This record gives sequence, structure tokens and C-alpha cells, in this order.
Amino acid sequence: MLVMTHLQKVYRTHLIETHALRDFSIHVGEGEFVAVTGPSGSGKTTFLNIAGLLEEFTGGEYKLDGVDVGGMNDAERSRLRNEKIGFIFQGFNLIPDLNLFDNVDVPLRYRGFDAAERKRRIEESLTRVGLASRMKHYPSELSGGQQQRVAIARALAGSPRLLLADEPTGNLDSLMARGVMELLEEINRQGTTIVMVTHDPELAARAQRNVHVMDGQVTDLGEAPRFRKTPHAAAATA
Amino acid sequence: MFGYYLQLGLRSLRRNPVLTALMVLGIALGIAASMTSLTLFHMMGSDPIPWKSDKLHYVQMDNWDPNQPYGSDGSPPDQVTYRDAVALMQAGKADRQAAMFRVMLPVQPENPEVKPYLAVGRATFADFFAMFEPPFEYGGPWDHGADAQHARVMVLSHDTNEKLFGGQNSVGRKVRANDVDYTVVGVLKEWRPRVKFFDLSSGPFYEMEDAYLPFNTAIELQMQSVGNNSCWNNFGDGWDAYLQSDCIWIQFWAQLDSSSRLAEYKSFLDSYVGEQKKLGRFQRPLNNRLPDVNQWLANQKVVPKDVTVQVWLAFAFLAVCLINTVGLLLAKFIRKSGEIGLRRALGASRGQLFAQHVVESGVIGISGGLIGLLFTAFGLMLVRALYENYQNVAHLDWTMVATTVLLAIGAAVLAGLFPTWRACQTAPAAQLKTQ
Repeated sequence: MLVMTHLQKVYRTHLIETHALRDFSIHVGEGEFVAVTGPSGSGKTTFLNIAGLLEEFTGGEYKLDGVDVGGMNDAERSRLRNEKIGFIFQGFNLIPDLNLFDNVDVPLRYRGFDAAERKRRIEESLTRVGLASRMKHYPSELSGGQQQRVAIARALAGSPRLLLADEPTGNLDSLMARGVMELLEEINRQGTTIVMVTHDPELAARAQRNVHVMDGQVTDLGEAPRFRKTPHAAAATA
Repeated sequence: MFGYYLQLGLRSLRRNPVLTALMVLGIALGIAASMTSLTLFHMMGSDPIPWKSDKLHYVQMDNWDPNQPYGSDGSPPDQVTYRDAVALMQAGKADRQAAMFRVMLPVQPENPEVKPYLAVGRATFADFFAMFEPPFEYGGPWDHGADAQHARVMVLSHDTNEKLFGGQNSVGRKVRANDVDYTVVGVLKEWRPRVKFFDLSSGPFYEMEDAYLPFNTAIELQMQSVGNNSCWNNFGDGWDAYLQSDCIWIQFWAQLDSSSRLAEYKSFLDSYVGEQKKLGRFQRPLNNRLPDVNQWLANQKVVPKDVTVQVWLAFAFLAVCLINTVGLLLAKFIRKSGEIGLRRALGASRGQLFAQHVVESGVIGISGGLIGLLFTAFGLMLVRALYENYQNVAHLDWTMVATTVLLAIGAAVLAGLFPTWRACQTAPAAQLKTQ
């Protein structure tokens, strides 16, 4: 699903060069739930931004769902991002003056779906996160956990193949965090690949695989302590 | 997507009402200042009779002082003498022709409730109405027979008919002026050409006449011209001496329906002046001119220089307002950088975001334009209140309404280009951190 080979990301000013990622290689398979951990400044967020096509890399190769994204222009990258990737942010990043329906509608607008299709998808994804009855509410009228659920509904509405989550429970208390994690696990069980950046070892332990990043390089590609079978894996085993 | 962008633009206006109000007001003021000046400029300079302005020609002949030209640029006099006007009318070489001058008419109304008053009349020929096409409410113009017979007939303006006859059909009724009874043959509808192009001698924006009467009748009754009157030599005493003098006080228009007719008429004028030279008149070099309506308006510099300067100043003010709007939009879009980054993350391309924000700037422009239109109407109302002569030109027409709105949209979009470009340049990842 996501293959980065010898990826480099260098930030240059006229005085200094900063290597955010160096010789960074990772392979995330279809249907996997991967947690990316590492200390602050290690390059996790840079990795996630590049994986989400929000930043360009300066060397190496990146293939998303078999497509080499290296030579793509802005419109092609945006299209690919819209069709294949869903984002979940630590700060939820909902647009405050749009109600839940319109927030979830944002990526669908750029996809070019007609009104009926957008409505069907919005209702379906808000139902999936348990907020269908509140679609006319505004983000400020919801708790943090509910806001993150809306963000997840928005990420899911376009049926992405890959979900990128940046500290998805970082702004939530433990009860809400558990709810959000359970939702992510449920989404993963239904086949969506998830890459989650987190500081929290407990959350990382719930992923199938942990990737530890240090100084812009992958240092550990070990399996998470508690392995759970994806539907694909289960089917393969059967 | 345009509908979506429009919806977002309107929503964005409501998000920061104070900032929005400042931007809209800034554009509205700049637009109002520039459009008020531009409207005056446009209305003063526009063709007052576009369907035939190239066929109507003003007659100029140089009968002026042999020792001193009439115009410092060598232009011939801007009116003709009575002798020449009569000669040209009798020759009848144009498709239509009309000599004319302004007279004063002391009106003695039948209705005792209306006190006697001084009206302004235009003494002219029957062709005047066919040439300049004033619209008739009742009746019509007098005929050529009335010209020949020096008939006591009159065409009233709409306002005069209102005043004397309460707006009723007065055709056939009498109007008494200076102890002479005139029969009303026609009543005009409201007729206010933007520029009083057929007689610029008293000023291009001077009020229209209250009544029209045959030229020959006015001459027979020895009505003095109350328009411009210039003489370069001493002509003696008495009415007849005045009529035979080289004083210029009559406007003469010829309608020439084709370029060949124009050439023929020019040739006729040259011959006429040649004949007059043999009689000792027209001692200056041959200098006949036949400008059409627009050439005549340009020659006479109908648009005052200060109006042109005002237009430039107003557009400079609009530029200042736009610079202010650029700053405000920059602030607004920078505040929205988080949302811009989010939309990028959710699949919007730079082009789509650029289009969205251009539409948003356009929405501000439309709002500014509509309010600016109200301000412009108010500004023109002030102009009309302050300058009586600008009554007919200080009005918005549909062209200027459309120009106002388009200019406002264009100005706002222009002001929004840089802030939009800046907002779309920042990397989405960096913008997302600001959320």
C-alpha cells in the first residue's frame, strides 16, 4: 500500500541544511495497522506529511498503492490524496463555522460527487461514528471525543484506502481516547490501512506493527507485542 | 464548484463581520468616488444622438475679421450670420437644414392662476424636429408652409404644457406671448439630451427651451437673440442693419445622409463663400468646416478639463482603497491559513483553492459594488443639487450600473490576487500546524 525506499527530506536555508528524513525506508501492506513512534523531532510528522502527499521529498522513492508519486504535479497529488488518503489530526481540524454535515462534505466536494452521492456518504459515515443525529450541529457544540469522531467520519466519507492519523487521541482524555482507538480498530478490521503516529506506548501496542523512528531513520520494524489478525490475514489463514 | 465557492464566500463574509464591513466599505467608497466622476465624464462625452450623429453636421464659415482669426487655433466662428443662415436655408442644398437661435418669450397665460413669466424659446425651422427627433406627446411639428408664411405657431415643451394647460392635450389652443397669440401645434414629451449639442453657444448643459416657434416669425417680430452674439465690426443702428451685419448669432445644422452628400454640400459651401468673397465679404482664407455631432462636441471641449482631472483623482483614491483592501484580505486569508491547509489535506488543489478565494474576493467586490452603486447615486444626487447645469448628465445609465458592478468585482478580485496567491503558497503541512 505504502512503500518508501531510501527516502530523503532535507530542509534547506541559505545557511544550513536539516535532514528530517535520511535513507528512510518503510513498507506498509494493505490492511495493516502500523504505529509510528519516536521522540519529538525524530521525523515522524515529516514522514506522515510526505506519506499524505502534503510535503514533497528531496530524494528516494515513494509509491502509494503502486503509483510512483515522485513526478506528480500539484493537481495530480491533490487528486490522489483526495481519492486514497484520509487524515485524522490531533487537533481534529474541523472548520468551526460549518456544521457536521458540511465538514464531512469538504473532501467529497473536491472529489466531484453529485449532491445525492455526497449526502448518502455523509449520512453513512456519520452513522458509522454514531453522530448521524447531530449532523446539523456545529463543532463547538460537541465534546473533544465527538469532534474527533466527526474528523474520522470526514476521513472515511471518501472511502480512502489509507488512513493517516497524527496523534489522534493526543487531545482527548483516556475514556474518549479509548473510544476513538476502538473506532480506528474497527475501521482497520473492515480493511482500511492505518498509519498512526503516536507518543503513547499503550496506543502503539494496540497496532499490528510498530515502527520506531530516530533521527530521520527507521530504527525498528518490529511487530507490536499483541498481534491482531486483519480480515485479509484471517481469510488467508482460513 | 462555482456554487460551492460562492456559498463559502458568503459564509466567509459573515465570519468576520467587522473586517468584512471594512473591506466592503473601502471598495464601496473607492468605487463611488470613481464612478461618480466617471459617470459625469461618460455622460458628458457620450454620443447624444448615436443613431444619426454622423449625418448631422454643424456649419462653420469664416466671415471673421480679416486681421484677426476667430479662434487662436485658426478655427472659424462657431455661429453664422443671419444673412448666411437665410441664404443657406433658401438654397436648401442639404437633405434637411435648420437655422436656430434662442429668444425670450414673455408669456401671458390664459389661466389667471398662472402669473405671466419669461419663457425661453427656440426660433428654428420645421426640419429641426425631423433632424433632432424630440419625442412628441401631442400633435407634431409645424410644416414648411408655416415657415414660409411666418405662421404664429408653437411647439411646447412638456413642462410648459404642464404649467399652462395642466398637461392636457393643448394642440389647437392659444398661447399668448408678448401680445402675440400662437397656436399650439405640438407638445413634446420630456426631452433632455445629455448634452444640448444643437446649441453649445450658451453652454453644453444649459437648460432646454420652453417652446419652439418658426424662425421667420421670430425675425418678423424682431425678437432678439438671447444666446451668444459676437460682432467684429460696427454695423450701424437698427434691426435691419443688425440682420445685414457680420455679427454671428445663429446656429446652423445640415443633415447630410451620405458621404457623397457631405462632399457635395462642402463644395456648395465653398462656392457660396467664393461668391460672397466677390461681394467683398469673407476676406479671410477659405475655412469652411462641417463637423458632425461628435466632432463638434470634441471641438467645443464639452467635457471640462477639471472633470477629466477629477476622474484621475477618483481612480487614485480607488487605488488607495484597493491597497487597503489588499492588506485586509491578506490579514483575513492568513487567519484562514489553517483552513486552507486543511482543505489541501482533504484534496483541494492549489488551483481549486485559488479559485475559491478569487470567488470570495469577488463576493466582497459585488457587495462593495452594490453599496458603491448606492453611494454613486447619492454622489450624483449631490452633483445635481450643487451644479444645476449637470441635471441631465449626473445620472446613472445601465452601462454605468454594469460598469460599477464589474469594476467593483474586478477591483476586489485584483486586490485579492496577491493575498490569495500568498495563502495558496504556504505548504499545507505548515498551515495545519496553525490550526
